[in-house]
Amino acid sequence: MSKKRKFKDREGLVAVLFFIPFGILFLLFTILPVVISLVLSFTNYSVLQSPIWVSIDNYNYLFTQDDLFLVALKNTLTFAMFSGPIGYVMSFLVAWVINSIHFKKFFSLMFYAPSITSGLAMSVVWLYFFSPDRYGFINNFLLQAGLIDTPILWTQDPSKIVAVVVIVSVWMGMGNGFLAFLAGFQNMDAEVYEAARIDGIRNKFQELIYITVPMMKPMLLFGAINTISGSFGVYEIPMTLAGSPGPENATLTLVGHLNDYAFTRMDLGYGSAIAVILFAMTFLVGRIVFKVLGSKDE
Amino acid sequence: MKIRRRLNGITASKVFVYIFMIALVCFTAMPLVYLVSSAFKPVDELMVFPPKFFTTRPSLDSFKELFTAMDSNTIPFTRYIWNSVVVSVATVAGTVVVCSMGAFALTKIRMPGGNFIFNLIVATLMFSAPVTQVANYLVIQNLQMLDTTWALIVPKIAGSYYLFLLKQNFGEIPDALLEAAKIDGCSYWGLYAKIVLPVTRPAWATAIVLSFIASWNDFTGPMIYIQTQVKQTLPLALQTLQGGAGQVARAGAFAAAALITTLPTIIVFCAMQSRVINTFTHSGIK
Repeated sequence: MSKKRKFKDREGLVAVLFFIPFGILFLLFTILPVVISLVLSFTNYSVLQSPIWVSIDNYNYLFTQDDLFLVALKNTLTFAMFSGPIGYVMSFLVAWVINSIHFKKFFSLMFYAPSITSGLAMSVVWLYFFSPDRYGFINNFLLQAGLIDTPILWTQDPSKIVAVVVIVSVWMGMGNGFLAFLAGFQNMDAEVYEAARIDGIRNKFQELIYITVPMMKPMLLFGAINTISGSFGVYEIPMTLAGSPGPENATLTLVGHLNDYAFTRMDLGYGSAIAVILFAMTFLVGRIVFKVLGSKDE
Repeated sequence: MKIRRRLNGITASKVFVYIFMIALVCFTAMPLVYLVSSAFKPVDELMVFPPKFFTTRPSLDSFKELFTAMDSNTIPFTRYIWNSVVVSVATVAGTVVVCSMGAFALTKIRMPGGNFIFNLIVATLMFSAPVTQVANYLVIQNLQMLDTTWALIVPKIAGSYYLFLLKQNFGEIPDALLEAAKIDGCSYWGLYAKIVLPVTRPAWATAIVLSFIASWNDFTGPMIYIQTQVKQTLPLALQTLQGGAGQVARAGAFAAAALITTLPTIIVFCAMQSRVINTFTHSGIK
């Protein structure tokens, strides 16, 4: 008994030793920053002097005085509301289709390729398509087809920018969760479908809704979490397409506003408050998704 | 007759599916194809009206401009490539070693509080980088790493995402295999290095691919932590080259640089594609 006990203690020690490198870095760069952000969001802190406790002043200011914050919040929600769900559903459906056709490898690669490119590089390439003058491919095409008389100001007209940002974000973000979805479909047992057919499932679409989706909840959850954090963190794409804050603040996002306060004006307390709001949003939507997709039956 | 009609039906829907997929591929590939074509356009074709999608006379002008003409007055472009390679390789190496050791501790040795820690790690999958940026800046500042290459490497190593993937894959190794080796006198380090790692090669190959892509494309990290231009990586160099939206003068050099930035990730993914998909298949994401 005592010998066994000793062995177990040693095992624990070895485990801790193996875990220490990850543990320290994880604590330093993931857990600690969240705590620091929370604390700093209640202070006035500008690097040069030590933080001064200001209670909820930052939050108060955010929602009552800072009009730009509300614009950034609205823009972020608008971008996320379109690009997130569109990309997510596309990703799932395409994985479903790819799983049942030939040339799987080719189609997967072509579908996933945009997700592994540099957001900055490809946003600039997209600018050549959406260029607001006659040189832009889309304008040029529409002009030649006689559908428009003057070039559309894709990246200058605030009402058009949303569409452009969403298209580019979907293009680049469709791969979020795609690999997990593809793997999920490959793991599906053929026997399950046969049994379902006997139970009266008639077509592929019913199979998808009644059999596949419930069985793939873990992958759906994994993909959703990737999509949520990606969508709320939108910054690089609108910034490159139209600048930040952009024409009439149309491309100002929460991350852009955060970067502006924290790293241009060096107001780290206020920047932290914005970060905490972003965190709360992600967490809230994440909880809802967990409620919907979290599998209780397993 | 009936069977025949049914066959026709299946074929028709199949055709529709392939048409849909090919249309989708056009959408996903179009900007990439345009990027390749632009990088090889001669100078006059870059500014021609109406704009040309494909080049008719491929040339290396833009690459020459990027590597020679720009060398004299500014930082050579090769310097940025080198910086990116150093940062990415170091990040990938650190990630694979640190995360696989962590995953080994959480799956194959009973660690006190292991379950709680793993749940915490899973919860942090939801954090997006921008949320912790401000505080990360302070942590990096206090570690005296601001404006050094370390700032781009060290914070990225302990990624929850990679630990999660590796842990799921390690969990599939039968305990009996490790028990047998243990009875034969194999140390824990031996178990990790001689059994777990060789058996889970696709899993950490995937961690390599994904962490390489993330590190290579990282834009906000260098933007915030690095002030000295000489220490910047490719995405920031691209932004410098871009100058402003629709600037034509440097369009060629930009396209060449963007192609050089984009190619490595696509090549790495291509080479490892089956392993990556395999890893997700066995990850039993639950």
